[in-house]
Amino acid sequence: MSRHVYTTEVDEPLVIDCLARAQHAFGRSGAGMARRTFLKLAGASGLGLTLGFSLNLRAATDGAEPPALNAFIRIAPSGDIYIYAPNPEIGQGVKTSMPMIVAEELDADWQRVKIEQAPIDPRYGLQFSGGSRSIAVNWDALRQAGAAARAMLVAAAANKWSTDPSTLRTDASRVFNARGESLSYGELAAAAALLEVPGPSSLRLKQREDYRIIGTAIPGVDNRAIVTGEPLFGIDQQLPGLLYASYARCPRFGGTVVSANLDEIKRLPGVEDAFVLDAKGSHSDLVAGVAIIGASTWAVMQARKRLQVEWDTTHASTASWSRFNREAQQVADDGDGEVLIDNGDVGRAFDDAGSVVESFYTYPFAAHASLEPMNCTAWLKGGILDIWAPSQTPQRGIASASAATGLAAQNIRMHQTRIGGGFGRRLLNDYVAEAAAIAQRVSAPVKVQWTREEDFAHDHFRPAGFHKLKGATDKDGRLSAWQHHYITLQFNGEIVSGGSLRENEFPVLNVPNYRLTQTALDTGTPCFAWRAPGANSVAWVFQSFIHELALAANRDHRDFLIEIMGEPRWFDAGNPNSLNTGRAVDVIKLATEKAGWGRPMPHQRALGLAFHFCHAGHVAHVVDVGVDDNNKVTVHKVVVAADVGPVINPSGARAQIQGCVIDALSTMAGLEITLENGVVEQSNFDSYRPLRIAATPEIEAHFIASEYPPTGLGEPGFPPLAPAVCNAIFEVTGRRVKTLPLSREGFTV
Amino acid sequence: MPTVTFEINGTRQVLADVDPATPLLWVLRDALGLVGTKYGCGIAQCGACTVHLNGEPARACSLPVASVEGQSITTIEGLGPRGELHPLQEAWIAMDVPQCGYCQAGQLMSAAALLKANARPTDEDIDRAMAGNLCRCGTYPRIRAAIHKAAEGVRGEGV
Ligand code: FES
Ligand code: FES
Repeated sequence: MSRHVYTTEVDEPLVIDCLARAQHAFGRSGAGMARRTFLKLAGASGLGLTLGFSLNLRAATDGAEPPALNAFIRIAPSGDIYIYAPNPEIGQGVKTSMPMIVAEELDADWQRVKIEQAPIDPRYGLQFSGGSRSIAVNWDALRQAGAAARAMLVAAAANKWSTDPSTLRTDASRVFNARGESLSYGELAAAAALLEVPGPSSLRLKQREDYRIIGTAIPGVDNRAIVTGEPLFGIDQQLPGLLYASYARCPRFGGTVVSANLDEIKRLPGVEDAFVLDAKGSHSDLVAGVAIIGASTWAVMQARKRLQVEWDTTHASTASWSRFNREAQQVADDGDGEVLIDNGDVGRAFDDAGSVVESFYTYPFAAHASLEPMNCTAWLKGGILDIWAPSQTPQRGIASASAATGLAAQNIRMHQTRIGGGFGRRLLNDYVAEAAAIAQRVSAPVKVQWTREEDFAHDHFRPAGFHKLKGATDKDGRLSAWQHHYITLQFNGEIVSGGSLRENEFPVLNVPNYRLTQTALDTGTPCFAWRAPGANSVAWVFQSFIHELALAANRDHRDFLIEIMGEPRWFDAGNPNSLNTGRAVDVIKLATEKAGWGRPMPHQRALGLAFHFCHAGHVAHVVDVGVDDNNKVTVHKVVVAADVGPVINPSGARAQIQGCVIDALSTMAGLEITLENGVVEQSNFDSYRPLRIAATPEIEAHFIASEYPPTGLGEPGFPPLAPAVCNAIFEVTGRRVKTLPLSREGFTV
Repeated sequence: MPTVTFEINGTRQVLADVDPATPLLWVLRDALGLVGTKYGCGIAQCGACTVHLNGEPARACSLPVASVEGQSITTIEGLGPRGELHPLQEAWIAMDVPQCGYCQAGQLMSAAALLKANARPTDEDIDRAMAGNLCRCGTYPRIRAAIHKAAEGVRGEGV
């Protein structure tokens, strides 16, 4: 299949440079098997937004609003094109990249495009941001929305010129006829909006080599508003007569309110009311607590400090990090756990082994710590509840609010805001439920604002995990056996989100003899999806252990890794979540080539390699790491090679890679949440300390623009970093990092 | 309650009936509607609330409003000269610095104070001046690049 690699570097004038390169990147069309597979996939993934076509939007053309061609597109007579961005923007760039896809097929002049956040409406399908799926799930529907509108504009022009639409072409918001005359989209929009919306099967989508917008570097559409401080985020909502609320929850998850000094609180300056709310819905909906309502954020935060609550902790969490560690060690010593996978015969392979390695890896809980603390604004008026929520799952937020209030979902209107970081925390809507329940008791709009301390205390953490491993290579130094006991966590009898291994996790399907067993420890503090769930931590385990095995067999790490991949094949062809070993080898080769794998390194410096596949993305990192005599680790450079299919916006893609690398480095270096008796020990950025600008390495990103369907980059760029760094640390020091964060092993970054 | 008077983005502001202990951050956000200045930690650890106090960067979350009596405050809304963008804001847009964008007002205020004090900052100068500003999204490489770009632009224009 044909591919082209392009690169972004930090210091270059990005916009122009990437434009040229990206066009080059898509300048060739593929042929053969991969191309056909792509087309099949593109046609098959029918999820998403196609409902937009069935609606008659003509009524909307009568008012002041510009004519609507479908749910995504309005075009004003002036030529301004309004495109609705359907999914929540959490910093992953979909408010820019999703409209780019619509604009591409519309053949719009991007300079005239204005982006608006779409309302929550079934016409936009699933409006969520998670799992790096926004682009993948909506790729077809967004292209079809643009192409359908374009077809209607062409048809309108054909009517005006009394000509055959097939003789017309479009370019940059104009329709041209064979005589070279043209009409602008603005001139045609009103007539086009009255035409029948064509069905998806009649649409002709562009070939990738004809893309003019997709693949060009386009700065975020909100950049100007962001840098001038305009109101954008959930926390920025302002309404006439707005009241402010603080909501106190039990420091131990699951505690309920017995009593509180409400009368005293209500007498405090600026406080209007205080009351108790009971839990409603699931454990991630409304949690029991005490609401304090007041005239300003500061007033309720001050009152919160005076609040005294007696909690019933009968069913409250007793989760303890020290106890989990002891229990995990005990479980690992005692035996095997429940058998989940048992391929081949690991016992025999160990008997016939050339070398055998055993290891035990531990990683901690981590907090999402989005910079915008949880908040939500709600207003119940005339039986309708309006909610402004920085939620990654606004549709689920309606359900949470409904559970908390008893209001029917159709009486709840959810408004999207820009979101100051999600990382998975805002897939949950507990803060939405709080605002909804409080709004029901207050006859004014009310904003619930969590403090940073509350944001840490009531997070649903990235689950900690323990892995006991035994692996072998055969007499020829080939990976022959892998035995894996995963000690994970369960909440209410269910394995926590992000706490299970995928059955097709690399190298499960690549090793002839593989055995996976699992034991789950009970936690009363819930855990939840955290950027690249599962992958963000297990990649470190798998990729560190592969390095251990390579060294034990005296093999070059890169060669060993490529050998494990074997022949190029897509294990479950057509399934984007199934490893494609050909794409994997390509990114490993590209990253190692670009980083100069095998070159002599200065004293106390080494290269480290790791690969991971998740969220439909194949990614390899090679890091250049120094470790000095004081165990100070310096990451000099990170080379990333990624294949996520076509890159919609190279500028956004670069940002996601850089962000993933920095987040992964920070998390690996020193971030951990510890709990004792259910209480979280970290409370703010003085006890949970993400890395600052000075620790930022040079980051070089290379993308393989393959012909497969696109996927997002917010997650797959993260997992390989920690193992790559730890592998390099071993090369320099001979010490294998088996517990994260690095600070636990005496390293500083 | 007492009255506090200060200058905000070039305009004199009189606040009546304000608790003198209220952090400037919440006065800006709740009372004056200047929500560009953000809340991230409340304890001077993240820099999201950075403003200029008499031209120097300061954390508004840890500045009781009584302490700014008679002083001059600039927020992100007042960084650019009337209706125009500050060279840093231009560079931020061109280099596509923001991801979620939440920290960026604070980053810009710190960067503006740096450039005013040091027209030719090195990477080390930038690391030092920006150390108090957390970016959870990891926009640091582009922040660094954008500061250099703005510095070049400013020097190029002979300002
Ligand atoms: S909110 Fe002021 S420094 Fe974090
Ligand atoms: S851009 Fe999100 S915190 Fe900096």
